[in-house]
Amino acid sequence: MGKVGIIGVGQSAFVRGYPGSIRELAFEGFKDAMKDAGAKAADIGASVVCSAPEYDKQRSPAGVFAEYMGLTPQPTFYVETLCSSSSTGLKLAYSLIESGLHDSVAVIGFQKMSEISSAESQERMGRGADIQWESPFGTMMPAYYAMYARNHMATYGTTPEDLALIRVKSSTYGQINDKAVYRKAVTEEMFGDPESPMSGPVASPLRVGDCCANADGSSCIIVANEEKARALSDKPVWILGLGAASTAVNLAGRDLFNGLTVGIEAGRQAYEMAGVTPKDIDVAEVHDCFTIAEMMAYENLGFARPGEGRDLIRGKETYKEGSIPVNVDGGLLSKGHPIGATGGSQIRTIVLQLRGEAGEMQVKDPEIGLVHNIGGVGLYGNVTILGR
Amino acid sequence: MGKKKEIDARFSKFGTVPFTATSKVNDFIDYLEDGKVMGTRCKDCGMMFFPPRADCYNCLAGNMDWFQVSGKGKLVSYSKLEYAPQGFGDDLPYAIALLDYGDYKVFGRIAGSVPEDEIEVGMELETVANELPNGQLNYVFQKPA
Repeated sequence: MGKVGIIGVGQSAFVRGYPGSIRELAFEGFKDAMKDAGAKAADIGASVVCSAPEYDKQRSPAGVFAEYMGLTPQPTFYVETLCSSSSTGLKLAYSLIESGLHDSVAVIGFQKMSEISSAESQERMGRGADIQWESPFGTMMPAYYAMYARNHMATYGTTPEDLALIRVKSSTYGQINDKAVYRKAVTEEMFGDPESPMSGPVASPLRVGDCCANADGSSCIIVANEEKARALSDKPVWILGLGAASTAVNLAGRDLFNGLTVGIEAGRQAYEMAGVTPKDIDVAEVHDCFTIAEMMAYENLGFARPGEGRDLIRGKETYKEGSIPVNVDGGLLSKGHPIGATGGSQIRTIVLQLRGEAGEMQVKDPEIGLVHNIGGVGLYGNVTILGR
Repeated sequence: MGKKKEIDARFSKFGTVPFTATSKVNDFIDYLEDGKVMGTRCKDCGMMFFPPRADCYNCLAGNMDWFQVSGKGKLVSYSKLEYAPQGFGDDLPYAIALLDYGDYKVFGRIAGSVPEDEIEVGMELETVANELPNGQLNYVFQKPA
């Protein structure tokens, strides 16, 4: 099998209330990635469109986007794994290329969450859990992750203050990322200040500051086989490893409550395929929809032993200058989390890092990067390892 | 004209807001009305399921017995909600939780009668059928009598 390269990356700014339609929103990321690749629509063999469909009035957006982006008559595919849809899209693109069916694929992720109210959105997100047996109890995403946080605290002695440190790190980089929806500073003190919105309770033990914000946004990754990648790009980034996993949707069907088995399993597969270990990773993007999710990712990906994730953040090891920089673009916590666009944005960040084009966020000379993207409450896990 | 087929929508009785009306385990609701919380056990391989399932993926069969969730389970985790999804606002505040019974686990809510400062991971609770103020049914975790 030949190599598969990423030759173009792009994303829209992640914003509240995007003033346009979904095809226009998706075009922003697409345009950015195509310019980055120096490619024309006719160069692209197929497209994969990724989102969670329950936010849209448009049924089956893939065909609509293909036409708007000039990607007809090429085939288009629609994939969905909740918040990890565009990482799943990348895996599909890899398969389409390795199979020889297509020489290049555009992976287009998007989500326009602002057309429904926050309460409606929470209800729809809650329905990413088990609607027959869990949702009738009034569940929502923060409460599920809060249950993981509670168990992590009870098992390992992790504290709410440790979780706050993750948000503080996120805001350090959110302030310098012009694509981020949340650009303000967040301090540890805010979590202890009843006057600060950050300290407001959401679902114990998680507070407002522990949660990412909904946003509208799009992302796009242009993938090509080795021959085409080398012909079109002088700086391709190669896909070295891909892992994906699933588990029981109902928490009653699971056995681990202070980590995500899908993150562990997807990571194991990706490390094995790439032939690398956690120590080889120079920069990582992990799925920090909540602060506890980043803490668990440190441990599930092998950056820290179980229960020792807090030592990484206390020692600032996951800052840009640390031993394993994580989410130095602000992560979901600061960038915002437009579900279907999120994985593509994470991949874009790592590609820019590996090309040395991450500006103020640049980590020193990284060679291997990792993307960890989770769908639902640890229902789907995707880990992608990239290298120069 | 044939007689209109009656739809068995008993499952729409489950929870403050139900999202499922019909299920092959609709009898769960009758048991709940009778004060019993029930799971299913595959007659062929003996595997126990909670929540109850009509189908065993191990045997590819639907040969199930009902068993009652009884005794004490250990609290795996919980979270008290300060905001609720649409339709659940009148229930606030409430805590969702998971109990571990060894052979199976049960996801649900902690009864409002359990004082918040007494809730801790690892404590023993039992699962009881419950009628909600809006007439719907669910089950809650309470301290053993």
